[in-house]
Amino acid sequence: MKSLRGRGHELASSGIQLGRLQDGPHERFGEALNRCGMWPLRPTGLHVLQLNLGKMCNQTCKHCHVDAGPDRREIMTRTTMEYAIDAVRKYAIPTVDLTGGAPEMNPEFRWLVENLRQLGAHVMVRCNLTIILANRKYHDLPAFFAHHGVEVVSSLPHYTAGRTDRQRGEGVFDSSVRALHMLNEVGYGHDGSGLVLSLVYNPAGAILPGSQSDMEDDFRRELLRVHGIVFNRLFVLTNMPISRFLDYLLVSGNYDQYMEKLVGAFNPAAARGVMCRNTLSVGWDGALYDCDFNQMLDIAVDSPINHIRELIPDVLDARSIRVNQHCYGCTAGLGSSCGGQVRQS
Amino acid sequence: MESYYNSSDLKKFGQVAEFGEELADRFFAYYGDVFRDGALSAREKSLIALAVAHAVQCPYCIDAYTSDTLGKGYTEQQMMEAVHVAAAIRGGASLVHGVQMMNHAKKLLM
Repeated sequence: MKSLRGRGHELASSGIQLGRLQDGPHERFGEALNRCGMWPLRPTGLHVLQLNLGKMCNQTCKHCHVDAGPDRREIMTRTTMEYAIDAVRKYAIPTVDLTGGAPEMNPEFRWLVENLRQLGAHVMVRCNLTIILANRKYHDLPAFFAHHGVEVVSSLPHYTAGRTDRQRGEGVFDSSVRALHMLNEVGYGHDGSGLVLSLVYNPAGAILPGSQSDMEDDFRRELLRVHGIVFNRLFVLTNMPISRFLDYLLVSGNYDQYMEKLVGAFNPAAARGVMCRNTLSVGWDGALYDCDFNQMLDIAVDSPINHIRELIPDVLDARSIRVNQHCYGCTAGLGSSCGGQVRQS
Repeated sequence: MESYYNSSDLKKFGQVAEFGEELADRFFAYYGDVFRDGALSAREKSLIALAVAHAVQCPYCIDAYTSDTLGKGYTEQQMMEAVHVAAAIRGGASLVHGVQMMNHAKKLLM
């Protein structure tokens, strides 16, 4: 399957996506924030720098908000990475979250990780698991991650093959299980190893996720019982109604009811904890965004500082976070962020 | 074609208060309390609700608790097993009356 961009699909345009999202009967997200005294939404201080190393990926998942895939060529250069490293050093940013596409496919990936770890930053990598088996040159990634103490965060939509493969592609579940065994073998997921393996669940369809702790219990029990796999924690994410998931919602006739569910489940408590308040997203070209979703919708930060080479946290902390209708995805029910649910059930 | 059931009516459930607010308010408060975590978890109650929805053949409840159980992470196999529990109880409820039929028949027959 090609990306939306590769197919010349109209939803490859962020403007078309935003037009569709705004063309509905629902209260504007900003007004919902205003009702609970949270407008404008303000940052709480930069804690996480999330770097999108490129849109190239070995998978073409049906729900991907990045529209990533093997046909995407956008990639972060070493020069842009150097700006990010300088910012982490200068402002002692505690956590760097590496994402993509498959971030490991960036040829400068290992160089970047080594430099960030030398600075003492906590490094997280959003590893899709199958990349580890995609080519011999990636087989040593578990050992590389372990050597540098990188936290591995991996999508596994379900502990059954059927539901995982329906979302991420035929055979992905079996490859993911093999990759998880390789990560377990070098220590990931085992108590006391210091090597953190987090899994990410998001529903394979037009439904909202349930409680993170309940899901984690299920995943822990079934992955151990059936496959002998251990992990540290499960993040539960809500699918954002953008890009390929938006395409799925429209094609399957689920868009209206999904948006109704998201809007109806608006939770002010979840809004207070959304990730955009302590995270800054950096595009493959160095441009700054409030979050990865705004990045994919080309909604740049509302600040005179809009590129990683100019980053000054104090200036950026004075900005208003830009919101739109897709933001309901992060405030529905127990909330959703790159670190899982915002509120515990 | 007109239908006695419209899926869009599910979201209007709360509007039953229009013809009787006090009882509706009490019902919805009770309903909310029933589905909270208790001796049974909210997750377990959702699967029970899915089975009962099939037993009482309520299309609104079936839609609502299909979404809810999927969201709570149940697999399709688990959900279908719950439906079979409902079917078994319903079928058993009919079949067990066969004892009554037999009792009466035996009384009447030589």
